[in-house]
Amino acid sequence: MILSRREALVLALGSVAAAAIPMSALASVDDAVAAFTGGAAVTDGAGVTLTAPEIAENGNTVPISVDAPGASSILVLAAGNPTPAVVTFNFGELAGAHAASTRIRLSKTQNVIAIAKLADGTFVRTSSEVKVTIGGCGG
Amino acid sequence: MANDVKPRVKVPKSAKAGEAVVVKTLISHPMESGQRKDKDGALIPRSIINRFTCDFNGKNVIDVTLEPAISTNPYIEFEAMIGEAGEFKFTWYDDDGSVYEDSKPIAIS
Repeated sequence: MILSRREALVLALGSVAAAAIPMSALASVDDAVAAFTGGAAVTDGAGVTLTAPEIAENGNTVPISVDAPGASSILVLAAGNPTPAVVTFNFGELAGAHAASTRIRLSKTQNVIAIAKLADGTFVRTSSEVKVTIGGCGG
Repeated sequence: MANDVKPRVKVPKSAKAGEAVVVKTLISHPMESGQRKDKDGALIPRSIINRFTCDFNGKNVIDVTLEPAISTNPYIEFEAMIGEAGEFKFTWYDDDGSVYEDSKPIAIS
């Protein structure tokens, strides 16, 4: 296949645009929040608890737990990861407590954010800084 | 795609009616994030479990959306309200379309 100069230029531009996508993902915490809340206001503080270690030696498995009494769902974000979304817990009618634990990857020292949708439809957020010694995103 | 995927679930054998029990689930899965590169510098394509659900007697307990930032061998712990004897049904959905299932009975003491 022989490329004309114009086609070659278009291809080059396209690959530049593709390479730029991971960079823009860094700024997409707000987008992820907006997608979860639908643009509703998010207040800081009471109603949601995020338990994360202060220092994580290994960013590949960082244990976290979230707890939000009465919440219908909880979104967890890692602000410094290449893609900030981490996990969304949606609680069903038989959920015993509106709490859950899991293990997550963190690429570097950063804030972990939890946003809960409470029973009355309002959103609350909390965050916790985790210091990561060895990042968990591989080479 | 992912080999040796094996779900493991820990549920108490019995519970009192109206009691919340702790359920622990683990599934062996590489959770390839799509960020890593192999030794030739090529990206290893993403291959993760993207959804996990738990139902008890047909009613939903929890529905979790997993992203690449979940660690290898995803571990999820939560609580379920037990009203009557029955069976938990656990389902994991893989990116490649595979579905892994497990179930555990629980009695009323």
